Amino acid sequence: MNAPESGGKVKTEFTVLGTTPMRQDGMEKVTGAARFGDDIHLPGMLHGKLLRSPHAHARIKSIDTRKAAAMKGVRAVITGADMPTLNAGIIAAGEGGEVNMQDIADNCMARDRVFYDGHVLAAVAADNPHIAEAACGLIEVEYELLEPVLNVHDAIKAGAPVLHEEYTPGAFLFPTQKALPNAGRLFLEHGDVDGALAACDFVVEREFSTKAVHQGYIEPHVTTAEWTSEETLTIHTSTQGAFAIRDFLASFMNMPLSKIKVIPMEIGGGFGGKDVVYIDSVAAVLARKSGRPVKIFMSRSEVLRGTGPSPETFIRVKMGCNKAGQLQAADIYLLYEAGAYPGGPIAPGTLCSLTRYNVPNVRLDGYDVFLNKPKMKPYRAPGATQSNFAAESTLADLAEKAGIDPIEMRLINALKPGDMMPMGFPCPPLGSIEMLNAIKTHPHYTAPLEGENRGRGIAYGFWFGAGLASSAEIRANSDGTVNLTTGSADLSGTRNTLGMQAAEQLGIDPALITTNVGDTDSVGYTFQSVGSRTTFATGIAVISACKKLIGEMARRAAMVWEVDAAEVVYAEGMFRLKGDADKRMTFGELCAKADHTGGPLLADASEFPEGVGFQIAANIVDVEVDPETGKVDILRFTALQDVGKAVHPDYVEGQMQGGSVQGIGWALNEEYVFDDQGRLSNPTLLDYRMPTALDVPNIDCTILETPNPGHPFGVRGVGEVPIVPPPAAIRDAIKNAVGIHLCELPMKPAVVLKAIRDQQGNS
Amino acid sequence: MSKVHVTTTVNGEEKEFLAEPRQSLLEVLRDELHLTGTKEGCNDGNCGACSVVFDGTLVCACCVLGVEANGKRVETVEGMATREGLHPLQQAFLEETGMQCGICTPGFLMASNELLKSNPNPSEQEIRFWLANNLCRCTGYDKIVKSVQKAAAVMGGA
Amino acid sequence: MHSFEFSTPTSVSEAVAMLAEQGANARILAGGTDLLIGMRAGRLQPGLVVDAKGIPELLEYQLGSDGLRLGAAVTCRTLYDDPGVVEGYPALIEAVSIIGGIPTQGRATVGGNLCNAAPSGDTIPALIALGAVATLIGPDGPRQLPVEAICLAPGRTALAANELLLSIHIPAPVANSGACYQRFIPRNEMDIAVASVGSSVVLSADGGTFESARIALGSVGPTPIFAQAAGALLAGQPVSDASLQQAADAAEAAATPINDMRGTIEQRKQLINVLTRRTLREAVSRAQA
Repeated sequence: MNAPESGGKVKTEFTVLGTTPMRQDGMEKVTGAARFGDDIHLPGMLHGKLLRSPHAHARIKSIDTRKAAAMKGVRAVITGADMPTLNAGIIAAGEGGEVNMQDIADNCMARDRVFYDGHVLAAVAADNPHIAEAACGLIEVEYELLEPVLNVHDAIKAGAPVLHEEYTPGAFLFPTQKALPNAGRLFLEHGDVDGALAACDFVVEREFSTKAVHQGYIEPHVTTAEWTSEETLTIHTSTQGAFAIRDFLASFMNMPLSKIKVIPMEIGGGFGGKDVVYIDSVAAVLARKSGRPVKIFMSRSEVLRGTGPSPETFIRVKMGCNKAGQLQAADIYLLYEAGAYPGGPIAPGTLCSLTRYNVPNVRLDGYDVFLNKPKMKPYRAPGATQSNFAAESTLADLAEKAGIDPIEMRLINALKPGDMMPMGFPCPPLGSIEMLNAIKTHPHYTAPLEGENRGRGIAYGFWFGAGLASSAEIRANSDGTVNLTTGSADLSGTRNTLGMQAAEQLGIDPALITTNVGDTDSVGYTFQSVGSRTTFATGIAVISACKKLIGEMARRAAMVWEVDAAEVVYAEGMFRLKGDADKRMTFGELCAKADHTGGPLLADASEFPEGVGFQIAANIVDVEVDPETGKVDILRFTALQDVGKAVHPDYVEGQMQGGSVQGIGWALNEEYVFDDQGRLSNPTLLDYRMPTALDVPNIDCTILETPNPGHPFGVRGVGEVPIVPPPAAIRDAIKNAVGIHLCELPMKPAVVLKAIRDQQGNS
Repeated sequence: MSKVHVTTTVNGEEKEFLAEPRQSLLEVLRDELHLTGTKEGCNDGNCGACSVVFDGTLVCACCVLGVEANGKRVETVEGMATREGLHPLQQAFLEETGMQCGICTPGFLMASNELLKSNPNPSEQEIRFWLANNLCRCTGYDKIVKSVQKAAAVMGGA
Repeated sequence: MHSFEFSTPTSVSEAVAMLAEQGANARILAGGTDLLIGMRAGRLQPGLVVDAKGIPELLEYQLGSDGLRLGAAVTCRTLYDDPGVVEGYPALIEAVSIIGGIPTQGRATVGGNLCNAAPSGDTIPALIALGAVATLIGPDGPRQLPVEAICLAPGRTALAANELLLSIHIPAPVANSGACYQRFIPRNEMDIAVASVGSSVVLSADGGTFESARIALGSVGPTPIFAQAAGALLAGQPVSDASLQQAADAAEAAATPINDMRGTIEQRKQLINVLTRRTLREAVSRAQA
């Protein structure tokens, strides 16, 4: 990771940013007209269904597809043998790491071994989904069952079954190193950790375990593949990144990038889970074999068994401070599931465990553990929520032991702008002290909390966010309206936040701008909508394109006025000639003259910004615990966050509220439950318990704005960090309500009840 | 299995289609009648994305067979707006940002509309109880609840 | 989903004839909220689905001085939308208003909930506590069974393959009586009961002594459990924390839960104890009101 780059001067006075215009795709979304991935019906289209392994670990001895292929209405049946062999397996990832594309291809369709319950090993295309499903049931598979590896502790034991004889260590954000037969490792150490811990006045050591959770988007994965010629493939899909789908497909199908067109449909949620290929290549091969377009739509149980989740973890934290509460040392050991293939979120999980604090002596030892579970996927601040829960809870217990107020404890140790960070560069502008002080004076924090078995908790969280590549193309029409196209999937209203930045830069009414999500043929390469990067990084590309457009339009104005372009200035939607008050043209008036000054007005830009503004968030939460049942109710919840500059404050609140409620779900009830053979026991939304409207209160939001110097308008990423602090905050509140020190997620009623009864038994 | 001829009324218009008994009302609406505003999120009645009004009652279209629609009335999100404009709930969801990705929005609109018909001035808790069968993963529900409250006020309930 | 035939009989006799002919190959469709899910998951594969909703008697209910008679296909929503039922049968209302969410309740039926015979079926403990009796009909005519005799195992009932549930009769509440149903779920809605209890009590005229009580338990055995002994030991006892606790302990002893993904044995036993106390307390306060 590079030090965030400081850009030019950051604008602080705005006319458009900070307002709340209505979203332009809103009308279609309230009328049902919006076209999501499943809302496309191509002529002659077939429906694909997948055969998934019922075993967590097995060798495929044979697959007989003859009965399925003979069924009436079946048009194609494929297995791993039908999938192309990759020309290029291992490709470079960032930071010196590598990604094995064969792993990702094998995750879509197993070749000779299945590595988890739900692993796809065959597929059928038929006239309707019922026939395709029935035909899948006729495929005869002979398995040789292998011993499944089902938890991180077993996986790293000597003698554990080895999943991959050879492996390319995972490189999710940061590379890991080959370490154990079933695990890559990330190890960082500075200072004398053991010596410092031995000298501490107070030390707390805790072991935490958290369960796997799913991203939980309401729209299942869906894709439609169509060969528009022998060598050109068109994909309609719901994805966080059309270009990523194109790139994976090109690799899996051994095709040139230019021959694959990915058309992004409206996307029904992603949260990190829809930025990779699962079914697109399978649909493409079925379409090729059948000669017809093929749509694959996953059922909910397929989504839960075969996609996501965020990993189960084990984290041991030992942390010490002196009498003044200054952290002296921390020793953190982390086992994160990678799932069936390397590349889980161990690195950001490890690095985010403590980044928000200054700790002079640190040892971070993280493992990316392969086992017979689905390949783990990013989920909103990938890996950070688990390690935050562990480290933040240990810090809270340390403050309790040292007799120091929990907010003071955090203020004493908080990373401040200018402090050296573990990555080797000083912390850029960040409102950490302001945020912690804002908790102290918040009306929620100062309000009395009355009633038995009630408690209030706080927690503080950190996330990096991402920059990466984005492109934007802007066109000014003859009537003064503007079309803006970017390559960023819009999951939450980013068409508006990008259009607003264009309006701000152009000095025109945002209602004049229509923002589109381009397909891969119509706009420049753009990285996925992940890492809280869209409004930040694509926003920078949009601003750059606007600057170019204004430059071009100034040149046109100069032609009209027959002056040198340097004599034309532009401000507040008006072109003016320096020193001549009569020479002025509005943006719209100049647009009308485009044809007479050289043709249509357009500009594009691509950017790869480095100036990522770190994200920090905090929570205040009140709970009530029923000591007889262990049930925890959230009475009141406040989210605080430093957002740099809130482009559209309602959307910023929406991110804070949505992320907080996902965090509440993670804290209290969401979990993957596997049986002793590694089969997922709860692949339904009945038993995978995401919060309902009745489970949460309104989420009050406090927005802080410390401008990010890496963006012309001071914007920093917003989307991810809200999910990070809730589990630790709720754990703190439960502790303050009933005096138990929970160390596991979810803190479901059975867990809380057992802890209360154990405590009663001990007292 | 031969297909069954079904005559039904959808959003006030008479429709005919042929359906296999195993096709759900959700499938029939989307695949036979091409009304794709009603969404599939779970196909087992737990997410509410396919909420429609069936013969005057709020249901999940995935839990009704298409053939059951014979002689019945079905209302979907496509029928909410009129020539005069958006329904106050649709307007409120836009103004209060009661959506992010929008996949759950049709279901929430249909469910909220049925709530306000039977309870024009619901409390926050009544709204949350009524909407508990509709999952939203983006918003945390806060702005959805406020959208319903605003629509209730606009519609004169408050 | 597998392929099947669909029929819509318009009379009980027509439906009974279909069942007589098809036997176990036929399934009754009432609300469909369990049947459709079971078929989609492949657990149920009937060749014939018989829609009960075309049969007028099954859609009717009568609220009278002798109690509430529910046609087998009356929906949960119908019941809580009727103020008379809400007032007279609060324990039943407590059960029907938590089966799934509002859209589920608009389809799901009490009869279907009973015939689905899930250990966690919310209406069943409430019906048992209320002393409800089911009327079944087959080729040989109708017969009656108390609700506690209906469920034999998960998904299996005392109904013969050619029998149909016609109605459920809940006796009218007697003087000084009250009932309550509560379940425990991890969320606040949309869950399967981890444990549940239905309790009904009849008190002396002064409200100080139990004359009788019925307690039924859900999700703590292969079927809903009629904890007869737990209710019976309250007869003649004063209304007190001690007597409630005695009944709760007896109910807990009657529970035979298992560990599964929804709960543990220890948790479920504790919950039965807590819920028995809480439902009895509420039933008593209703009886005293």
